[in-house]
Amino acid sequence: MSTSLFFAQLLNGFQLGVLLFLMSAGLTLVLGIMNCVNLTHGSLFMMGAYFAATVYGTTHSFALAALAAIAGTLLLGLVLERVVLARLYARDHLYQVLATFGLILFLNEVARIIWGQSPIFMNVPDALSGTIDLLGLPYPSYRFAIIAVGLCVGLALYVVIHRTRVGMLIRAGASDSAMVSALGVNIKLINALVFGVGAALAGLAGLMAGPILSVQPGMGDPILILTLVVLVTGGIGSIRGAFYGALIVGVVDTIGRAFLPTLLREVVDRSIAQAAGPAIASILIYLLMAVVLAIRPEGLFPVKHG
Amino acid sequence: MVATGFKAIAAAVVMGCLPLVAQAQAPLKIGFISTLSGQAGSLGQDIYDGFMLAIEQNGGKLGNVPVQVLKEDDQFKPDVGTQAAQKLIEKENVSIITGVAASNVMMAIYRPITEKQVFLIGSNGGPSPLAGAQCSPYLFIASWQVDGLAEVMGKYAVDKGYKKLVLIAPNYQAGKDAMSGFKRFYTGPVADELYTGLTQPDFSAEIAQIAAAKPDAVYAFFPGTLGVNFVRQYQQAGLLKTVPLLTSGVVYGTTLPALKETALGVIGGQFWAPDTNNPVSLQFVDAFEKKYNRIPSNFAAQGYDSALLLDSAIGKVKGNVADKPAFMAALKQGSAKSVRGTLKFNNNHVPINDWYVFEVARDAKGRVSLKTIGTPLKNHQDAYHTQCTMS
Repeated sequence: MSTSLFFAQLLNGFQLGVLLFLMSAGLTLVLGIMNCVNLTHGSLFMMGAYFAATVYGTTHSFALAALAAIAGTLLLGLVLERVVLARLYARDHLYQVLATFGLILFLNEVARIIWGQSPIFMNVPDALSGTIDLLGLPYPSYRFAIIAVGLCVGLALYVVIHRTRVGMLIRAGASDSAMVSALGVNIKLINALVFGVGAALAGLAGLMAGPILSVQPGMGDPILILTLVVLVTGGIGSIRGAFYGALIVGVVDTIGRAFLPTLLREVVDRSIAQAAGPAIASILIYLLMAVVLAIRPEGLFPVKHG
Repeated sequence: MVATGFKAIAAAVVMGCLPLVAQAQAPLKIGFISTLSGQAGSLGQDIYDGFMLAIEQNGGKLGNVPVQVLKEDDQFKPDVGTQAAQKLIEKENVSIITGVAASNVMMAIYRPITEKQVFLIGSNGGPSPLAGAQCSPYLFIASWQVDGLAEVMGKYAVDKGYKKLVLIAPNYQAGKDAMSGFKRFYTGPVADELYTGLTQPDFSAEIAQIAAAKPDAVYAFFPGTLGVNFVRQYQQAGLLKTVPLLTSGVVYGTTLPALKETALGVIGGQFWAPDTNNPVSLQFVDAFEKKYNRIPSNFAAQGYDSALLLDSAIGKVKGNVADKPAFMAALKQGSAKSVRGTLKFNNNHVPINDWYVFEVARDAKGRVSLKTIGTPLKNHQDAYHTQCTMS
């Protein structure tokens, strides 16, 4: 195992991590502030990727594609919030799960009707299509770009949430929303804002993932599951938890996939290692989640109260 | 009363006459079961389009007998396929069923069909059990045996003199079959064997490992969108320029429209490519492009070939497919007309034919297509035919 390979795998882990962070940042706030389980977040990721791929395919401008993905999912998120979710805030979680699960099926079907069953594709923008030499290993520059975008968003969120008035209200809402609305703050507006921004971040994640993955109906479902793992691991309702949780999940998943089969080979027979390695690697993050749940049920980085 | 009585008589007369009229020109019913919706839907549609093209070129006939094709969608689900087969056999009384794109559906329906002594003409990859111990006199694989995809790449790797390879496939049965098929011909050193999750969309970890291992070439088996994702990420990592990518199940007519330029240079293997040089194939490609306005995939060619086989066999028995031994013997003779030149069956009813290696390249019209670069396996017989007790 060379250092450069380890370094490359670490970057791969970070790249998956920041993608998951973009997803979980929005979801954690929705869950933490509105106490609402929103399973449509994965579908917003899918729609973001579709918007981006469609616009990029016709205009060949990545900037326009980004605009379409972010603005499109922002609008879609606001509509979903108004039409469906706002009616369910007061209800039990089970109603929210049922309604948003229905929305997943609905949006997947909408994507199928509009764009068809076969995957559509989005090319990497020319400026980022090359590779960067990483201690002798070529590393795709586009993946560096994903990491950069994710870190910028993380920084921006940190500043907004910890240094602005809106952020203060959001933090207050996450701690005690009843008290915030009792103080005369328009919690409805805050809710809509948080939901919209969360949706836009999911759209941004979809945009960034578009050139790597095939854009197809149902592409948001696996990433939704990973996002939920991040939330549980990191702690619900805290951006910090989402950030560290996402990085941990991303790195553990990637490093596990990359090195576990090789490490196993040292201990057990090659054929067993080959069969068991990938299987264990693929459940590693769920094991991690189970351990976290057992030891710290509130997550590794929970919201600090008081 | 009189009026109704007359009507009844008239109806009886008409009804009575119908069978007579129908008998005179009753079209031969052929069941077509394939995956026509969902992820693999484009594959079944290609088989169907190829099949119907041959019938259309023959003026709605096969073997000089008018045919009626009853199309059923199995939705990639074995139970749905089995129901469709039952319906076709019991309600429609078909004596021939063809199409079948998915091997899981094939494994589920071949027994109910062949036990009823209905002829099953497989139009896509034949799973290994059906080529071996479970072969049936009523089952004809008019396409190829799945292992061939991997075997041809293994032979190609040997021919190219590659000394150090990385093999990669999803961690499930078909992935392991591909690995063993590849290694049946390639016996050289393997730097690493990587197995990935079956639903894994991102291969960054594996690709970094490949880049670090610096092999002479990579062999990859990834069906469907897995392959599309893998090729795109492999290309984005800049490896396509430095490490040749040998593939099975990755680049063909149904994924190339999605991959486009990204896949230029990827190596694959099949029993046929759009530039296969024989009169039947050239004529087929021409006619298919005119009618459907796209380059035919190997699946379309398989559908077309199934129809050519039926055309030849039905012609030999003069339309009397009810004479099962005669029809079986006729099918077994293969077909003098095939997109592979001629279609010749082995003892297990799987074709013996050449396997080609192609590279993704631009064709004469500048479109991304497949260019044949070699024929590593000549008159190839699948590895399972010795396990089949038919002679």
